[in-house]
Amino acid sequence: MLSLIASTINILAAAVTEGEGLKAIGAGLGYGLAAIGPGVGIGIVVGAAIDAMTRQPESAGTARTTMFLGIAFTEALALIGFVVFILLLP
Amino acid sequence: MSKLNLLALDFPPVSHLFEWPDFAFHGTPLAMNKTVLIYLFAFALTLGLFLLSGSKKGLVPRGISHVAEGGINFVEDSIVMQTMGAEGKKYVPFLTTMFFFIFFSNIFEVIPFIQFPANARMAVPIAMALMVWVIYNFLGVKNQGFFGYIKNSLFPPGVPKALYIIVTPIEFFSVFIIRPLSLAIRLWANMVAGHLLLVTFAVLSATLWDSTYVGAVAPAAMLTLMTGFEILVSFLQAFIFTILTAVYMGGAIHPEH
Repeated sequence: MLSLIASTINILAAAVTEGEGLKAIGAGLGYGLAAIGPGVGIGIVVGAAIDAMTRQPESAGTARTTMFLGIAFTEALALIGFVVFILLLP
Repeated sequence: MSKLNLLALDFPPVSHLFEWPDFAFHGTPLAMNKTVLIYLFAFALTLGLFLLSGSKKGLVPRGISHVAEGGINFVEDSIVMQTMGAEGKKYVPFLTTMFFFIFFSNIFEVIPFIQFPANARMAVPIAMALMVWVIYNFLGVKNQGFFGYIKNSLFPPGVPKALYIIVTPIEFFSVFIIRPLSLAIRLWANMVAGHLLLVTFAVLSATLWDSTYVGAVAPAAMLTLMTGFEILVSFLQAFIFTILTAVYMGGAIHPEH
């Protein structure tokens, strides 16, 4: 157990001195965090659109267009996270 | 590695997935690489499609006219009528051209031996987004007057007076800065992500095929699946770029009341 902690500390110390590793960890964590919100959001958008389409199949066209618009707006946040991920990569 | 490196016959190094070497006019502003070539092809395809189908007279569309008429109908029914109404019909040619140009430059992502979405480079998406920015601001000023446009876009009606301290800066950022940026980033990042996805599974399949023949089955199946998915994505991104342009133009023509 002690040796495990010691090796973890060693790895962390190496990462701090290197800097590059921390950058990669930050990039990965950043993209993961940025994907949480839009993931939930797109789920809500599509769920509500399916709800609308099944309640009123005759207005499915309008609901689909609005759904794509909502997805596009929500997705933008995840894509900005993706851009930050690319920019942060060492 | 081949001499010209234009065809996707072997894998380029990872750092060169999106950067293609120039093959003509080195060092000048007119330097040509694969991306430029794909854009020229997309331009020629869009132009050729509508010129060819426009030159054929006849009441019943035949052959290539089907594609052109179907495209125009699609843009008119599911983009313009849904967002701008009947008044927006004079913008159908602009939006149709935009849709087909983006779609053609995206679809090269899955065409064998080319396999590069030209919009995975930022230049043309940001140029198109800036063009859209100029167009909707021009339309807004033309239809509502300069001060009317500023008032309608920065001070949305129906908001309590005190909240304008927060709402106005947010609206300013979202209307004049975030809109063109997100328009360009959406198209570009989707294409980058799609290209990375396809390259990852292609490299995985090739490597596993070299070592263990059976291991390549799963990534190859995934590659096939993802290729189909990317066809959908390249269509969807062209659709979303066009419909957002229509939404912004419609918002500039008809302010909220």
